[in-house]
Amino acid sequence: MSDTGDLRELYQEVIFDHNRHPRNFGRLADANRVAEGHNPLCGDNVTVYLKLEGGRVADVKFEGQGCAISTASASLMSEAVKGRPVEEVEKLFRSFHAMIVDDNVAPEDLGKLEVLSGVKEFPVRVKCATLPWHTLHNALLGKHEAATTE
Amino acid sequence: MSAIHDEVRHLQAPALDVETVRADFPILAQTVRGKPLAYLDNAATTQKPLAVIEAERRYYLEYNSNIHRGVHLLSQKATDAYEAAREKVRRFLNARHAEEIVFVRGTTEAINLVAQSWGRSQLKPGDEIVLSLLEHHSNIVPWQLLGQQTGTVLKVAPINDAGELMFEEFLRLLGPRTRLVAVAHVSNALGTVNPARAIVEAAHERGVPVLLDGAQAAAHGPVDVQALDCDFYALSGHKLYAPTGIGVLYGKRELLEAMPPWQGGGDMIRTVSFDKTEYNVLPHKFEAGTPNIAGTIGLGAALDYVAGIGLEAIAAHEAELLRHATEEARRIPGMRLVGTARDKAAILSFVLEGIHPHDVGTILDSEGVAIRAGHHCAMPVMTRFGIPGTARASFAVYNTHAEVDALMAAIRKAQKFFGR
Ligand SMILES: Cc1ncc(COP(=O)(O)O)c(C=O)c1O
Repeated sequence: MSDTGDLRELYQEVIFDHNRHPRNFGRLADANRVAEGHNPLCGDNVTVYLKLEGGRVADVKFEGQGCAISTASASLMSEAVKGRPVEEVEKLFRSFHAMIVDDNVAPEDLGKLEVLSGVKEFPVRVKCATLPWHTLHNALLGKHEAATTE
Repeated sequence: MSAIHDEVRHLQAPALDVETVRADFPILAQTVRGKPLAYLDNAATTQKPLAVIEAERRYYLEYNSNIHRGVHLLSQKATDAYEAAREKVRRFLNARHAEEIVFVRGTTEAINLVAQSWGRSQLKPGDEIVLSLLEHHSNIVPWQLLGQQTGTVLKVAPINDAGELMFEEFLRLLGPRTRLVAVAHVSNALGTVNPARAIVEAAHERGVPVLLDGAQAAAHGPVDVQALDCDFYALSGHKLYAPTGIGVLYGKRELLEAMPPWQGGGDMIRTVSFDKTEYNVLPHKFEAGTPNIAGTIGLGAALDYVAGIGLEAIAAHEAELLRHATEEARRIPGMRLVGTARDKAAILSFVLEGIHPHDVGTILDSEGVAIRAGHHCAMPVMTRFGIPGTARASFAVYNTHAEVDALMAAIRKAQKFFGR
């Protein structure tokens, strides 16, 4: 088994790129939903800002401190959900979650988000990838307590 | 040699044969992800030597029985072994009396015991407890809970950029309302060795008792509670080559005697009626219910094991590993040590420029190098340095120069991988 091979599966170029240059990074001044997420294991924090308009995610931004996996996941997520209807976003969350935790589902077409599928081989890192999504989910529900990965 | 406390004479320690030691720890001889394991997460928990595993096994195979209650032979054997372990701990800490040794689950439980028994019975609203910023959460949260129950207040002594306690500031916090000083003997996040003797002296001058959190200190150099003159000392067996689920609270006899029990049940009583219960004598007053008998016997075996090698020799070996690691780390551009105290245990906390500690941990793991990444249950320390966490390598008696070199090679690989 080539370990570097596994590592390359986890850390794909796209992930490095989104880690170095996260998209939609920062505060969203006219957000009408905000949620915070926290990973107690490593101390990572993420805040997701949403502007919901007519049942769609009209705009999204995030900020926080995290590892390459969580930063890239948040960045890719923000690109994937921007402009989409809320139901589609929730469905995407479920499919994304299934892709990285569930062995038995045939992955749907998740587009660019599929670069994170390598996380499945690194169980302790799954929470890094899902934290931004749990936080987004809470923002959509209008929940105020911080999302955690526990 | 790391001066775990001031009384350690700088004896010429006999060199330790690390390969012989490693043979006692079969778990180390494995490959992880195709690479030889370099286990450098000893501050989280140490591996267990065969002697400890054997001692637990023998208990279950040959004389498993409850203690302090049976008239039959097995119970007597189990009781003897359990109490023999207490005597071993007494000797290990150089406590005056065996009944000053209370068995608990670990450091966390020891500190909670002091907070709930001593603290709740002695302290009043506005009374102050002085901690340092270096504390593990388990020496913070029990005092916060106590504060909610009794109205006591926490005062926190700061640390400097090297991660050392600012002693003058600490002294300034000792005031007319100070009732307890509770500090780490050695910091788990940075490796800083606190000047425990000086802390105790300053506190005692003002009539204030001192609790030392010895979780990180006990395995890495001699501890002498009489020389330190501390009032309480807490430690965890599992960081000392012993099983999990067993630890020790040392307390001066006068203090323990004056403290009410904190848990009620079997073994901690002398007589019970529905009108009145008379408590058992020390230390049984604080050991309600069937304890971790196998773990306690394992702890005794671990202390025998450590004594066989010699704590001076262990301290010297670890100091040499730390010296080598520190020197190598300084050669790596983009690697910054967090915690550079002059007096330091064998813990290397670091950050790599542009690479999150969690990613460092994963890449090192793929090279067989086991370290810890994160805040190490010491979030205030991380906040002090303005970082979310560090990567931390921590050394023990069985670690080698070659493992330090494997760590450094893996760090260079992580940097290359991240294009740094
Ligand atoms: C300094 C310090 N205090 C307390 C603890 C808590 O020890 P335990 O989890 O064994 O109760 C630790 C362990 O991580 C520690 O390093």
